[in-house]
This record gives sequence, C-alpha cells and structure tokens, in this order.
Amino acid sequence: MMMNHSLKNQCKLNVGQVITGKWHHNQYTITKELGFGANGIVYLAQSKNQYVALKLSDNGMSITSEVNVLKSFAKVQGSTLGPSLLDVDDWVRGTGTISFYVMEYIHGLSFLEFVEQKGKSWMPVLVLQLLSDLEKLHSSGWVFGDLKPENLIVTGPPPKIRCIDVGGTTIQGRAIKEFTEFYDRGYWGLGSRKADPKYDLFAVAMIMINTSYPKRFNKTTGGINQLTQAINEKMELSKYKNFILSALLGHYTTAKEMRKQLLYIVGEDQSNSSRVTRAQFRTQTQTRTKTSSVSISRSNTYAANTPNHQNQAPQQRQLQKKKRKSKGILETVFIVFFVTLLYAFYVIEKL
Amino acid sequence: MNTGKIKQILLITDGCSNSGEDPIAMAALAKEQDITVNVIGVVDQDTIDEQGKREIEGIALSGGGVSQIVYATQLAHTVQMVTRKAMNQTLYGVVNRQLQQILGSSKSVEDLPPDKRGEVMEVVDDLSETVELEVLILVDSSASMKHKLPTVKDALLDLSLSLNARSGENKYSVLVFPGKQNDVEKLLDWTPKLEALTSIFPKLTTGGLTPTGPAIREALSSFKKKRSLRSLLGRDDESFFEESV
Ligand SMILES: Nc1ncnc2c1ncn2[C@@H]1O[C@H](COP(=O)(O)OP(=O)(O)OP(=O)(O)O)[C@@H](O)[C@H]1O
Repeated sequence: MMMNHSLKNQCKLNVGQVITGKWHHNQYTITKELGFGANGIVYLAQSKNQYVALKLSDNGMSITSEVNVLKSFAKVQGSTLGPSLLDVDDWVRGTGTISFYVMEYIHGLSFLEFVEQKGKSWMPVLVLQLLSDLEKLHSSGWVFGDLKPENLIVTGPPPKIRCIDVGGTTIQGRAIKEFTEFYDRGYWGLGSRKADPKYDLFAVAMIMINTSYPKRFNKTTGGINQLTQAINEKMELSKYKNFILSALLGHYTTAKEMRKQLLYIVGEDQSNSSRVTRAQFRTQTQTRTKTSSVSISRSNTYAANTPNHQNQAPQQRQLQKKKRKSKGILETVFIVFFVTLLYAFYVIEKL
Repeated sequence: MNTGKIKQILLITDGCSNSGEDPIAMAALAKEQDITVNVIGVVDQDTIDEQGKREIEGIALSGGGVSQIVYATQLAHTVQMVTRKAMNQTLYGVVNRQLQQILGSSKSVEDLPPDKRGEVMEVVDDLSETVELEVLILVDSSASMKHKLPTVKDALLDLSLSLNARSGENKYSVLVFPGKQNDVEKLLDWTPKLEALTSIFPKLTTGGLTPTGPAIREALSSFKKKRSLRSLLGRDDESFFEESV
C-alpha cells in the first residue's frame, strides 16, 4: 500500500545509525529493523548496552496515543501484558522532526510460530496466560482491541505470552481504535465495534481457530455458521468447539469466566473422563445453558476422544463417515456419559 | 471543550476524471469551506495508472484529507481507517489552534515536551469519540467500477458499523457519479442510517464519463443545502468546529 511505502522511506534508518533524542538526549544505535505496520517502523536498538525496541512514525499523533496507553499499562498492578515504556522523544533531522518512543524489547516467537514449532499442546497454555492478562487489563477499564497472533510474542524460558502493538487499545465503552478483520466480531457480523471485554474474548477464540488455519480464511456467508463449519472441519478443535463458540457468541462476560472454562476442558482431558467431580459438573451445566442457542452435542467431543478416533484424518467430514460406522461405540460412550451425568446428579442430591 | 461538527467527503473511485472541472481545484474549494476530502482508489489486480494515482493523491492533498490506493478486498478496512484518521487529523488541528491561542501563535503541540503531548492527545481521543460527524460519500459508478460496487456497498456498511460504535452522532449521504440524467445523482439524503443503502445500491446503473470535479462541487452544495435547511444562524460559515454555546 502506498502510504506504508512513503512512511517507510521517511523513517528508514540504517544499521549502525545513531539517534539522539531532542529532549532527553538519550542515544540509540540502530541494530536492525524488527517490523513495520500501518503506524510506523520498529527497530531493534542498543542503548547503554541494552537492547530496546524503538518505534518511529511520521505521525506524531499515533506515537503519542500509543505512549498514553503504555503509560496507563504501567499503572495496572501486576500486568505484564504490554512492553514497558522506556523513553519518549523527538529525533530532529534534516527533513524534519520524527517522534519516537522506546520500549522494552520483547524477544521471542510469535504465537503461531511458537505453537507450530513447539506443538499444539502449547495452545491452551498460552491462551490461559493471555486470558489472565486480559482479565487484569479489562478490570482496569481497557480493551486490547487489535488482538492477533502477530501481536502476541512468546518470550522465555519459561514461555510467557506478551502483547506488542497497543495501537488498538481502547477505553471500554468507546469505538475500537484499530482492529484486524479476521479477529473482529463486527467483520463476522457477530457484534458491534464498541469496546467491551467480550470484544477481546471473541478475538481470543478466533486466534484458537487460527492455529488450525494458519493462513486464515475469508468471509463467505459470515456469521456463526461459517465459523462453526470451520471448527467442525478441524478435528483438533473439536474438544474446544463448545468453548470457542461460547466466546464467539459473547457468552463469557469476563476473561476470568472464560479462563475457568478452558481450565476445566484441559483438566477433563487429563483426568479419566468417567470421573466427574461436583465442581466440574457445575461448570459443565453452566456452559450447557449458556450455549443452548448453538446446537452442540457433547457426544461429538467424546467421540473425538475415544482411542478409535484419536489418530484419524483431521477432516470432520471423514470423521463423520467413520462415526456412522462406529455408531455402536459412540452410543456406548454416550450411554456411559449419560449414566455418569445421572450419577453426578445423584451425588449432588446426596451432598 | 465544545464539540462541534466534522465534515468529510469520502470519494471512492478507480481512476481519472475526464469531464468537467478539475477535481483537485474542487477539493481545494472544499478545504476552504472546512470540508475535508478523502480519496480511496480501488484497483484490480494490476495497479492504477500513474495519472490516476497522481490525481487521487492530489485531490486528498488539496482537500486536506487522506488518500490510499487499495485492492477491492481491502476496501472495507481502508474506508474506516481513512475516515478515522482524517477525523483525528482534523480534531488535532482544531486542538492545536486552540492551544496556539493559549500559548501564543508560534507554539504548537509538537513544541510541547513529549510528556505534555499526552494530555493533548487525550483531548483528541475524547473528541473523536463524541464529535458529530457528517460524511458525504461520493461513489464513482463509471463502467469500470461496475463489478466493484457490491464491495463498495459492503465497505460502506462496515464503515457505519465502525462509526456507529462511537457515542457521537453520525450523518451520512451518498452521491453517485455519473448519474442517470446528470453528472451526479443523490442516492441517499442525509441520514443517520447508512444501512438504507442496502436496498438502493443493487439498482444502480453504471456507465458514462467520470465527472469527478462536478461531483465534488455538487457534494459541497449538499452540505450547504443541509445547513440552510437546518436554518443555522447567520455567519457561522462552515467552521469545522462550530463553537456551540
Ligand atoms: N517491543 C517489541 N519487541 C519486539 N518486537 C517488536 C516490539 N514492538 C514491535 N515489534 C515488531 O515490530 C512489528 C511492527 O510493530 P507494530 O505492530 O507495533 O507496528 P504497527 O505499525 O502498529 O503495526 P500494525 O499495522 O500491525 O498495527 C511487530 O510486528 C513486531 O514484529
């Protein structure tokens, strides 16, 4: 796109170039370009023998606006969501003044690269981390906005998820400042662009879908049907189907609530599926009532978990064919599940 | 600070004008009346010719707005981004001018130390959430645009989704050029509901010349008509920011 190019030229720096701030007189030696986007270019730089990330833009407004967000992030107790802000200054050069800010360099792989390299089992772990950070962010009155895998970097060890690019971060109740269509509920026709916690939770669910579709996909019919279809076609998503759909439909009101449900799903995975404790059972019924508008059969999830199906081809269509053949097994599983449910009721009655 | 009104023309085209006044001059005229002109060039696979590109940039430059050339697939995202960016620019300008009145004419936001700019930006952010916005959308409906019109419609609906998330009031009007009889045809008169477009857009016929200049001129008078209709008092001539008491 044109605008990016002209911006790129204006803010283009060479490796080894030294930038000195007009106000604070700090010096930064450019090491390499980290990336660029609609709002500026980010460089890796060295200052006082420390690596930092330096963002320049010919648009001073967007720099100031992002600095504002980073400053208020610093006030959020215990949150390590965004990079910490180190310096804000202007760089005067022949052709004019360019605003920049300096932040902590967040080194690591992006969300999708990490999951790709280390394995899909990392996905729920990272999502759990992200949700607890979002919880803190939301309770302090913000919505992240432009949540997407490219803006999530996994640092470590131990692996820890961090967000970069706070350009979309918006005060709750206002119109989302910046978004990326695939992760935007408005694009899919599933809600407004008014910043509320659910806006971010929708994006989290889309990121989970994204792990199975690294190249994303475009809107065709849009709406929950297309997204349900996309989930159905990937077997590895089947155990999260309920969970993802609930987030897409805005059934989780807080990140905390969503996190609790994911913890439950992960726990269920680990433990013997016939053992339903009272607490687990409670969460389960909760989800059920919440997602009642979507037709989700629990048996699907269970079928996917039976040993028979574990190593099957990922296509849900194939899975369905298979399922018809092994209808007997499915029924057995379903009956076991049903009996377990009854048993759980019984236990609760007793308590 | 009082919030007034922001007026924008959003021109969506795919090439060069070839009839009537110079669109760049018309955009300059708009700017004189504190109406910003933003231009989005929609191209197919191949890029736009040099002349068309120059005109698009020229119109936005002299209209004090933002321009961008994009593929049809990026149109929706671009339309809302350009509108938002131009709105913030305008507000920033307004705040800057107010600041100059306080600090003396030589000072601007850039002269403030970075720490102080944050507060100014907060004001701009607040205003962009609450300010009243009028967007006049000018759609090129010459023959080459025909297959892009459904995308344009979707992009405009997406724009209203973005703008309606603000708490400030929005008003939209849509003109197409060339029209059936005249250079320009009004498709939608000022309304807060851009969705009304859905039923009108499919009926649109395309063809003929590309009278971009006359279209911008007509757009300007549409802002005027609106004002006289609302019978605003005497001399509050087209200031972006009509200071309301
Ligand atoms: N603190 C950081 N540490 C490491 N890398 C960073 C940091 N900040 C930004 N980057 C890199 O620079 C790239 C561009 O930065 P950023 O996303 O902030 O720019 P942008 O102009 O806001 O982009 P977008 O168009 O996505 O909004 C990022 O994709 C990332 O690779």
